[in-house]
Amino acid sequence: MEQTKIIDLKNISKSFDGEPVLKNINLYIRDKEFVTLLGPSGCGKTTTLRIIGGFEQPDEGDVFFLDERINDVPPYKRNVNTVFQRYALFPHLNVYENVAFGLRVAKVPNNVISKKVKETLALVNLKGFEKRAVSTLSGGQQQRVAIARALVNNPKVLLLDEPLAALDLKLRKDMQNELKALHERTGITFIYVTHDQEEALSMSDTIVVMADGRIQQIGTPTDIYNEPKNAFVADFIGESNILDGVMIDDFRAKFAGVEFKCLDSGFEKNEPVDVVVRPEDVDIVPADKGMLRGTVTGVTFKGVHWEIIVDIKGFKWMIQTTDYCAPDSVIGLYIEPDAIHVMKKSEYSGMFGDYSSYSEEFDELSVADPEEEEKNTEAEDE
Amino acid sequence: MNKKSFLDSFSLVPHAVWSVLFIVAPLIFVVYFAFTDRNGNFTFSNIGALSDYAHIFGLSVAFALIATVICLLIGYPLAFFISRLKPSKQKILILILMLPMWISLLIRTYSLMALLDNGGLLNTLFEAIGIGPVKIVGTAGAVILGMVYDFLPYMVLPIYTSMSKLDIRYFEAAEDLGCNGFKTMTKVVFPLTVPGIISGITMVFVPSISTFYISQKLGGGSFDLIGDTIERHFQNQSTYNVGAAISLVMMILILISVAVMNKFADDNKGGQLIV
Amino acid sequence: MKTLSRIYMVLVFALLYAPIIVLVLFSFNERGSLNQFTTFSFYWYAELFRDATALGALKNSLYLAISSSVLATVIGTLAAFGINNLRSRYIKTVIRSVTNIPMMNPDIVTGVSMMLLFVFASTMPFLPLKFGFVTMLIAHTTFNIPYVILSVLPRFAQMDKHLTEAALDLGCTPAGSFFRIELPYVLPGVVSGLMLGFTLSLDDFVISHFVSSPDFQTLPLYVYTQTAHKVKFSMYALCALMVFAILILLLLVNFAGSFNLGKSKVKRKPKTGVKENG
Repeated sequence: MEQTKIIDLKNISKSFDGEPVLKNINLYIRDKEFVTLLGPSGCGKTTTLRIIGGFEQPDEGDVFFLDERINDVPPYKRNVNTVFQRYALFPHLNVYENVAFGLRVAKVPNNVISKKVKETLALVNLKGFEKRAVSTLSGGQQQRVAIARALVNNPKVLLLDEPLAALDLKLRKDMQNELKALHERTGITFIYVTHDQEEALSMSDTIVVMADGRIQQIGTPTDIYNEPKNAFVADFIGESNILDGVMIDDFRAKFAGVEFKCLDSGFEKNEPVDVVVRPEDVDIVPADKGMLRGTVTGVTFKGVHWEIIVDIKGFKWMIQTTDYCAPDSVIGLYIEPDAIHVMKKSEYSGMFGDYSSYSEEFDELSVADPEEEEKNTEAEDE
Repeated sequence: MNKKSFLDSFSLVPHAVWSVLFIVAPLIFVVYFAFTDRNGNFTFSNIGALSDYAHIFGLSVAFALIATVICLLIGYPLAFFISRLKPSKQKILILILMLPMWISLLIRTYSLMALLDNGGLLNTLFEAIGIGPVKIVGTAGAVILGMVYDFLPYMVLPIYTSMSKLDIRYFEAAEDLGCNGFKTMTKVVFPLTVPGIISGITMVFVPSISTFYISQKLGGGSFDLIGDTIERHFQNQSTYNVGAAISLVMMILILISVAVMNKFADDNKGGQLIV
Repeated sequence: MKTLSRIYMVLVFALLYAPIIVLVLFSFNERGSLNQFTTFSFYWYAELFRDATALGALKNSLYLAISSSVLATVIGTLAAFGINNLRSRYIKTVIRSVTNIPMMNPDIVTGVSMMLLFVFASTMPFLPLKFGFVTMLIAHTTFNIPYVILSVLPRFAQMDKHLTEAALDLGCTPAGSFFRIELPYVLPGVVSGLMLGFTLSLDDFVISHFVSSPDFQTLPLYVYTQTAHKVKFSMYALCALMVFAILILLLLVNFAGSFNLGKSKVKRKPKTGVKENG
């Protein structure tokens, strides 16, 4: 990976009406990278993107574009293009003119425009849609026009603000693959904002997890998933059992009343820590052979696996397994050392409890509503 | 964006300047003239002189009120009937209703006068069937008729607008809950169309109380309303001050009553949630 | 019930139209009488077109209506853009209230208030202001601006603000985006504001009555002076022509409106077409 920092945010802070939305953000983005800003609504990810796009100015801190400070450069002078949430296609222009817009403004000769627009529309699989009115297009097609409209200007950086939020699940999956392919084909740096962790994990080179106006963790998808830095990241990305524990010594962690071998080191002796165990990393064994023992309180069929809730000394674990366990049966759990991840205590410790109140509905509700996010950012702008 | 563009900052300037010069300043002149005498000295005598015009105010308010009530009584059912038609028919009828609003008030009033006048078509008809010429123009009834005729569409339109917004399911729900036709009207339709009614009342009352052409033509000169009085006072520079005082008082009365009615409409809007 | 409501509607509309229909009908009456229709003829129309004063008034009316509606549209559209971009709710309310004054106030008050201003201004030695076209233009523009704002502002308000950002993002300067994006987007509102202003100006009598001079008469003022005394019968022809003109204009506006706005699903309140008369 190239090491050129194409975008560099230094100590960025921003508030709206005295309400801080970004608190001292430091982030650099390398050229040609696919970076995702991931976080729940109101975490500041959209504001970060808008600062890069030039639609907001930071109250404090500097924005650099290839080592040049661009705080005061208006959006129309930045070599950055945006795919807006809900697309923002110009309703009075047809597909061709929407895509040609940036080139027309730049006074590119007509024959060049025509060639580039055709190429770009082909790139997003919209050949033959030139003359269509944008209002006659489906959501997915509008999405492609929005992407083409930004890409045709050959920006150094493409900003995508929850571009897939309005699409249905199936279409979203297809578009994820297409976007990934587009990124590879064009070699443009993508900065992608989403609240959908699955989307982030499957598309990005680098994920930036944000919460409460701060960056929680920056890393590759595997890093973020396997080595979450704190309880927030562990909880937000995937399912996790987060337990209070103590690091007795290097490679020895104690939680749920039992001492385990683990691969983590570098903590103080007897330092209180948060311990993460992913539900799929737990093996179910007969009760007498388990390192932990508990009672099954809930079983849900998930297709590929079963999701069972196990009560161990009052803490409800979630475990994903391919073996069926009857409710109320007593089972044993076996946890390999590499399935245990130890984290420093943080402000998020203890905020994410066990799965005692877990239910499908809750899970559905907790997925941030894109409309909600939109409203929030609009409120921020007021 | 924090930085405002040139257009952002200056787009309001022409309008702001224009408003100050030609909306605010003229009103200040009205106030100034109302409180000064012919030589520009401060005085309350113009306002004091208004007591001489009390009967004119009274008559104008009475005429305008009667006309407004009649417009409401005729207009409300009309709006309701139109709103229950097929959408395509509604559109045509509303167009027909709006057409007179676009025809000059002078022409409408004058044509009404021509129709009702002593030598007019109606009286010719009366004579032919032996009722003999009936004096219509020059009576209080004619003036009120003129107001009703001229301003009826202004009552119907806002009421129709609020009715056409009513969800058809309200009617079904009301019937489902045991309302008969009459009860549906009083318990559901009427409360929900109060904002339209208020707006209609304002739009009929304000021009009615300030008119001068209608009373001149259809009143045959025998009824002096506020509008006529103001108009006459501004024919002659020596009476500008009293004219300004009358205008000022009328304006304030109207603004207060409009504000009160809007308040009433707002309160009622809150009530709609309960309905 | 259904027949009853039919009868009611027919009756009200008949009463509403009877005087106008009679007027139009009798304008073709050769004898020049209102109670007996003798022979159909265009005599009074011919007479009307020999009337230089009437033709002059028509010319003045059109001249004034065009210039005041264009001026009001420019000022009003810019103002609507500015109001929509205002962040302070307080300033927004103040501006909107002041803007609404000419719509709320009885025309007669607007008329006399402007008259007093012009009387004062014409006494200023450095302001060679005379009652006539200029005062009329100012007055008509003033009462047209609120209607332009009223028809343009909702278009601005319903516009996705990301559209402007998208234009900036694609290289437009703010001014460029105003002309390329905002203006085309609000154009239906601008056009209806312009037409509204044109019609209101053409129609206005009360305000004009106070700010005009005898050497700049518009059609309504001409009608007023004519109807003050015994009427020349060519007046009926004039009125009938005006009715026809309004009818055609209204049909055109409606046709254009349903064509234009049908696509963008803009609901225009019919109320906006209403101006208080005296």
